[in-house]
Amino acid sequence: MNNFQYSRASAVADAIRLLAADPSAKLIAGGTNLIDLMKQNVERPSRLIDISRLPLRDIEETPDGGLRIGALVPNSDLAYHPLIEQRYPLLASAILAGASAQLRNMASVGGNLMQRTRCAYFYDTATPCNKRSPGSGCSALDGLNRNHAILGTSTSCIATNPSDMSVALAALGALVHIAGPTGQRTIALTDFHRLPDDKPHVDTNLGSGEIITAIELPPRGFAENYSYLKIRDRLSYAFALVSVAAALELEGNAISEARLALGGVAHKPWRSLEAEAALRGQAATPDHFGHAADLLLQGATARSHNGFKIELARRAVVRTLMQAASATPQSQAHKKIA
Amino acid sequence: MGDVTHEIPERTPIHLIINGVSRTLDLLPWTTLLDALRDHLALTGTKKGCDHGQCGACTVLVDGRRVNSCLTLAIMKDGAEITTIEGLAKNGALHPLQQAFIDHDAFQCGYCTPGQICSAAGLMAEGHARDADEIRELMSGNLCRCGAYPNIVAAIEQAMGRS
Repeated sequence: MNNFQYSRASAVADAIRLLAADPSAKLIAGGTNLIDLMKQNVERPSRLIDISRLPLRDIEETPDGGLRIGALVPNSDLAYHPLIEQRYPLLASAILAGASAQLRNMASVGGNLMQRTRCAYFYDTATPCNKRSPGSGCSALDGLNRNHAILGTSTSCIATNPSDMSVALAALGALVHIAGPTGQRTIALTDFHRLPDDKPHVDTNLGSGEIITAIELPPRGFAENYSYLKIRDRLSYAFALVSVAAALELEGNAISEARLALGGVAHKPWRSLEAEAALRGQAATPDHFGHAADLLLQGATARSHNGFKIELARRAVVRTLMQAASATPQSQAHKKIA
Repeated sequence: MGDVTHEIPERTPIHLIINGVSRTLDLLPWTTLLDALRDHLALTGTKKGCDHGQCGACTVLVDGRRVNSCLTLAIMKDGAEITTIEGLAKNGALHPLQQAFIDHDAFQCGYCTPGQICSAAGLMAEGHARDADEIRELMSGNLCRCGAYPNIVAAIEQAMGRS
């Protein structure tokens, strides 16, 4: 780890000022990803701005019936919060599918959105990586790319976003509240992360000096018909090969509203409004789910080792939608896939 | 220390309550809680395994919550209460988890054991594990390369009063 200066922010404005004053400074909250990357010499901030004591830990109901979640709420506190368990169980399930109990205790909601890819070449400073060292090349394109993206890739980068929480947030239509040097703004979670195109070193649309202050959940929670299914090489404590967040509203067997997002397949949580629209008004049957999966996976392309992900994702989408439709969501503790 | 040149920060006095004892350490910002415990306080019960948050050997309780001390900067925990494996026994009596690990032979080499026990203490305080599957899932951040998992789960079930 390189030397760095340390500042403890006393207010959000203080953090913004410190961040804007030093382009190579980084915010730190839980530190679970940043400290690891600093030990690998992948991240080398000149200064850490400790925001962990800022008053951004509340979970509050919004006037329209949604929830506003402070950016510093630990992942575990969010997953086990009664309002999340009751009204947004898809989000609780996705959070509990990720990391370990210790890491979830440490990691913040805002930090979860900021976590960087787990591409092995990004971590290995001996290899070219456009995300770590812009212009150096992508070792994954023709390397070990079994875990890599099949959607939204570019010739510069095929890394995936590793977050489980973000996949559920994308499906739920969450908003991200941001504060910065020029004031506050709010963007959709699906617009927060970006595709790699020719700038894979830029993970998000967060601007210079900006800080996430809260996540907002819309009123619709899909608490009856939802499931988060994560497919990985181990049964626990591993990043997704493919994960699916599915949420339905049903009138009898007919779908009145559908949400669908994929994790582990792209540089951001992957959602297709076209696939969701195709489900509305249809019966909840495997055939219709398969058609939606095809639409969601439109344009998927494989490299040498990750072709299996396309069919795996298709089958996982159908299975997760069946779980959601039958109100038998995937358990994150009892691992048998229903 | 790499190719980035910075002004060297001053050591900062960090106040921690370690196993009920108030301690002040002069630390640099990049000292992890794990290194503070092992190298500055000679509390070597907490183990350094992977040093990247992947194995759980460094698990301690910070203000009662289990965390990976290798990914925790000591300077960020100024004022916190830290409980390590050395602080679990009370008045000469082993913590019920320590006794249960002995009763169930829940280790072979023992290197992961302090982290397993601190993690299990955190799990019991959290109160979300209700059966063996949930214990396994909520202990998945603690690796045991000897493979003592069945006995670890049995020991935790005993300490939880399930057997």
